[in-house]
Amino acid sequence: MELKQLYREIVNEHNLHPVNKKKIDSPDLVMRGVNPSCGDDITLSFKIKDGVIADAGYEGSGCAISQASVDMMVDQIIGKSKDEAIKLAQTFVGMIKGEITDEESIEALDEAAALQDVAHMPARVKCAVLGWHTMQEMLENPEKGEK
Amino acid sequence: MKTLEDFRADFDILSSGEYIYFDNAATSQRPRQVLDAVSEFYKTKNANPLRGLYDFSMAATEEYESARSLVADFIGGVSPEEIIFTRNTTESINLVAYSYGMDNISEGDEIVVTVMEHHSNLLPWQMVARKKGAKLVFLEPDSEGVITRDEYTNKITDRTKLVAIGHVSNVFGVTNPVKEIAAFAHEKGAVVVVDGAQSAPHMKIDVKDLGCDFFAFSGHKMMAPMGIGVLFGKKALLENMSPFLTGGEMIEYVTREDATYAGLPHKFEAGTVNAGDAVGLSRAIDYLSEVGYERIRQQEDKLTALLMEGLKNLPYIKIYGSGDAAKHCGIVTFTMEGVHPHDIASVLNDDKICIRAGHHCAQPLMQFIGAGSTARASVYFYNTEKEVEVFLDKLSKVREVMGY
Repeated sequence: MELKQLYREIVNEHNLHPVNKKKIDSPDLVMRGVNPSCGDDITLSFKIKDGVIADAGYEGSGCAISQASVDMMVDQIIGKSKDEAIKLAQTFVGMIKGEITDEESIEALDEAAALQDVAHMPARVKCAVLGWHTMQEMLENPEKGEK
Repeated sequence: MKTLEDFRADFDILSSGEYIYFDNAATSQRPRQVLDAVSEFYKTKNANPLRGLYDFSMAATEEYESARSLVADFIGGVSPEEIIFTRNTTESINLVAYSYGMDNISEGDEIVVTVMEHHSNLLPWQMVARKKGAKLVFLEPDSEGVITRDEYTNKITDRTKLVAIGHVSNVFGVTNPVKEIAAFAHEKGAVVVVDGAQSAPHMKIDVKDLGCDFFAFSGHKMMAPMGIGVLFGKKALLENMSPFLTGGEMIEYVTREDATYAGLPHKFEAGTVNAGDAVGLSRAIDYLSEVGYERIRQQEDKLTALLMEGLKNLPYIKIYGSGDAAKHCGIVTFTMEGVHPHDIASVLNDDKICIRAGHHCAQPLMQFIGAGSTARASVYFYNTEKEVEVFLDKLSKVREVMGY
């Protein structure tokens, strides 16, 4: 997909009308992720119940790709276990780095799979993976978070 | 006489016409003449300079040292001993920080910089301040990007040991009053370091007239190869400074336990030198002189004025720095309401237009102006009015692509 098409068909909707950009009441996990080189700056907050992500949201600002990617990510991981969410993050990052290309794995990402073409835009890889990296770090090393 | 169009034809990357290159403040393009000069050096005179006793090595030495003499003339007729070849501005400033700063700045002293500095003229001073217990003091510009006399006369004091200032800001494009600041700093007994990375490509440099003690610049922003830079330092200061890097080439006599060092400038050029790129720099200086700073300035001012006028017609664009195009040195930094600078740059890249987006290695300035990041278009003499028109047209369509 061409960059402009990617923006028009996928990214803009999530960037301009995000569904998950919200504060979560008394979250169990909070972590901030920053791309210092471009100023993408997000903070994830998750509510965990019995090992499952019961609710999630994010706040922050950044480029359209970083914001849309995290909005799509939150869509995908609510209701998933921590391990499932980590697995999805690995798949997403693998897809963006061009290391995971088989359709079956990528389908698991649902709508976020549409960002696959970012793999051909090296300058934007960091933007696309920011939310996913931050989530994986927060779930694997919760002690490093702000909560 | 060659026209600007003729000069443009010397740049393969430009004359193909495929891309519009508006990131000249990051690095310029290089004309064929410079590339050929480097290639010719390696093809016909390649040997390790300053060492061999055979013809090739002597020829390489000759080329390298005449490049140094040309640079010495180029910045206002200083002595070649005062010209040290480095990799780039960053290395030049680090040399001053380590070899001068660490030995001459003490606890409680103050180092004055501006909040506009490129990281290359900030981090070395942060390092010195941290290690020596000195204090960093920041000069701040007014809303037009200008450091006023009040600002520097208030902050440069008897405690100031060193003033490090960019000649031209790589974000605002504004030319700082370096001459006036240097004169005032000298009254207070401070040494003055000037980062000339953004000025040397665009204006005649005369370090004696500026009155600075050190002046650093890079070849790659003025059509020379990447990896060759210059530090000018006043002889009296350089002579008393210890070497920055030690090793081959910079010695006089070495025993098992000790060494004496070579004289200026070789004391500061350890290891095999970058003679090939020094030759490239020398050719780039000739080329710059052939184009002429007056023509460079005229073309840049014309293009910058067009750019700024066009941007002003887009109500969602904010331009940073002076309202006067002639005070931008070809650099126009802006933001677009609702669109992150990285998205602007990506969309324009799709239209084969190269601009910079991000913090431009000046994060404290971004914090100061309250922008996380900005977009920057920077032109050079080889850019054209047509390119500015295409840029403005494509830019005006970016918000639509972004869903507005």
